[in-house]
Amino acid sequence: MFNLERWQEIFEAIGKNKLRTFLTGVSVASGIFILVILLGAGRGIQNGIQNQFAKDATNKIQIYPGVTQKEYKGLGIGRFTQFKNRDYDIVTQKFENFIDNKSKLYSVWSGNIVYGKETGTYRIEGVNPNYQFIENASIKEGRFINLNDIENYEKVTVIGNKVATDLFKKPEEALGKNINVSGTIYKVVGVFTDPGGEREESRAFIPITTAQRAYSAGEDIRSMAFTMPKRANFEQAVTESEIFSKQLDKLLKERHDIAPDDVSALNINNSLEEAKKIYQMTDMIQFFFWFVGILTIIAGVVGVGNIMLIVVKERTKEIGIRKALGATPYSIIAMILHEAVFITLISGFIGLILGLLLWAGIGPLVESDFFTHPEVDFNIALTTVILLTVAGAFAGFIPAYKAAKIKPIVALRDE
Amino acid sequence: MIEIKDLHKSYQTGSSSLHVLKGINFSVGEGELVAIMGSSGSGKSTLLNILGILDEADSGSYVLDGVPIKNLNETIASKYRNKFLGFVFQSFNLINYKTALDNVALPLYYQGIPSKERTEIAMSYLEKVGLASHSHHLPNELSGGQKQRVAIARALASHPKVLLADEPTGALDTKTSYEVMELIQGINDEGKTILIVTHEPDIAAMCKRNVILKDGLIIEDKQIIQQRVKSYV
Repeated sequence: MFNLERWQEIFEAIGKNKLRTFLTGVSVASGIFILVILLGAGRGIQNGIQNQFAKDATNKIQIYPGVTQKEYKGLGIGRFTQFKNRDYDIVTQKFENFIDNKSKLYSVWSGNIVYGKETGTYRIEGVNPNYQFIENASIKEGRFINLNDIENYEKVTVIGNKVATDLFKKPEEALGKNINVSGTIYKVVGVFTDPGGEREESRAFIPITTAQRAYSAGEDIRSMAFTMPKRANFEQAVTESEIFSKQLDKLLKERHDIAPDDVSALNINNSLEEAKKIYQMTDMIQFFFWFVGILTIIAGVVGVGNIMLIVVKERTKEIGIRKALGATPYSIIAMILHEAVFITLISGFIGLILGLLLWAGIGPLVESDFFTHPEVDFNIALTTVILLTVAGAFAGFIPAYKAAKIKPIVALRDE
Repeated sequence: MIEIKDLHKSYQTGSSSLHVLKGINFSVGEGELVAIMGSSGSGKSTLLNILGILDEADSGSYVLDGVPIKNLNETIASKYRNKFLGFVFQSFNLINYKTALDNVALPLYYQGIPSKERTEIAMSYLEKVGLASHSHHLPNELSGGQKQRVAIARALASHPKVLLADEPTGALDTKTSYEVMELIQGINDEGKTILIVTHEPDIAAMCKRNVILKDGLIIEDKQIIQQRVKSYV
């Protein structure tokens, strides 16, 4: 392999047969190039989808009320399910082990918020302090709702970044200001941001207790939200959340006289199950790209083998001359393989570098929610180059072996 | 130098078998210049190929410089060719992407001689055939006579015991043929054993011994008085 004399022979042959070398190189380089593009695109889509999903905690479970569709225990259809504080207390007590963060909610879909001359309609949500973590919201200014606010029915609010920009132009000026929310004056104690973007930031949070009093809700709550403790294993987390969802469903249906098979009376939204579907989808996308990529590589290997066959055919006479001059069969095989491996390796790296450069160049320019950070694992790409080289060598070996077997007299007659 | 006893060779062509050599007995001593003659199909090229270890006989014995040539594998055959034999072909058989110098140096590459030394030896043989000035030309930049002289330099470069030439002048005009023969005579004068296959009587006359084949057998084997090329021109 490190025989300088042989390298000289090979460089001479490569240099004098530029078209042949170029064609082999192009088939290998394009194979690797396409693979890198595919892997990068697959990763970009995966990253994009996962980012989209990060707007809420991935292990969030939320229960919304619905309307009954089935008669049960002599009760009719079309009944609205109304959760009470008591439901929340029982659920949190009974499923203590399943629950990490918890919050009950009382929300108003469109509440008027007024500050000076500025006015706007936003979603108002009465929540517990823990809700920040369920929403994945981060505090930009000030603080979130705290326990003290809940206990003392404080008239305080934490507004979304969008609300703050709408009303105050500069979000940092919002802190400490009094705003009018549905006719009641609240003091702004915090501004939050949310990975979900503007839609999620067009909300104002107030203490749940204050909300129930302000909207004369008594003991009523609109929904409940929980996160589950982190589990090391994704599969385990999914299984646990499924069990939790089912038991929750059963308990609440019993309490509210809902038929066990009534699917519309209450909605349990399990984001982990959604996450599982998303992961399965991205896995499928990854798998698809790998599949196409590997087929491309196989096509590349066949291409190399094919070109090697032509090379051997074209050089039959030369091989005959070399054998007449004293070339051993081994040296013929070595010469052809050495050339094949060298060309495959070099052009493989060229394809690899071109592919990586392409992603480095256009990756940052791609602006799409569903496509971010298209990157390729360099080690994987390197492995494929080496794999292709080995496969190319095998593909080249058969024609090389055949060439070495040709009787010099037959090879010499070849015109 | 060469001892051949009762050599047989036949080729399978489809279903029929063609018996080309039907028992050749033949020996060549050192320093001989032998012309092997015969019409086409007489088996002269087959004989030369067997002598050159490019082909193998079906039966009979062949001893080259005291070494029996029998049932050799390809690797050993290659080594013997490299060590004992130099080839000159009718169609020159130069490697077309290598310069004259590199073509001459190629058998030395297979002897494992280092690059620098190779170039020196190759250059000295190119000088010998009068083509030192063309050392960096590619074969297609050379005339037919020049190509054949490069081929002769290449055949000599590995310092072989025997030079085998298959119709060396077959593709050349008369004047160039004689120039090549003059070179071959000069090499023979230095003591090299040379076998030439030809069907041209004037070329045969320039050798020291004529062997005539017909239908796979030697029908005539005689020493002749060598015609020097100079006397022709």
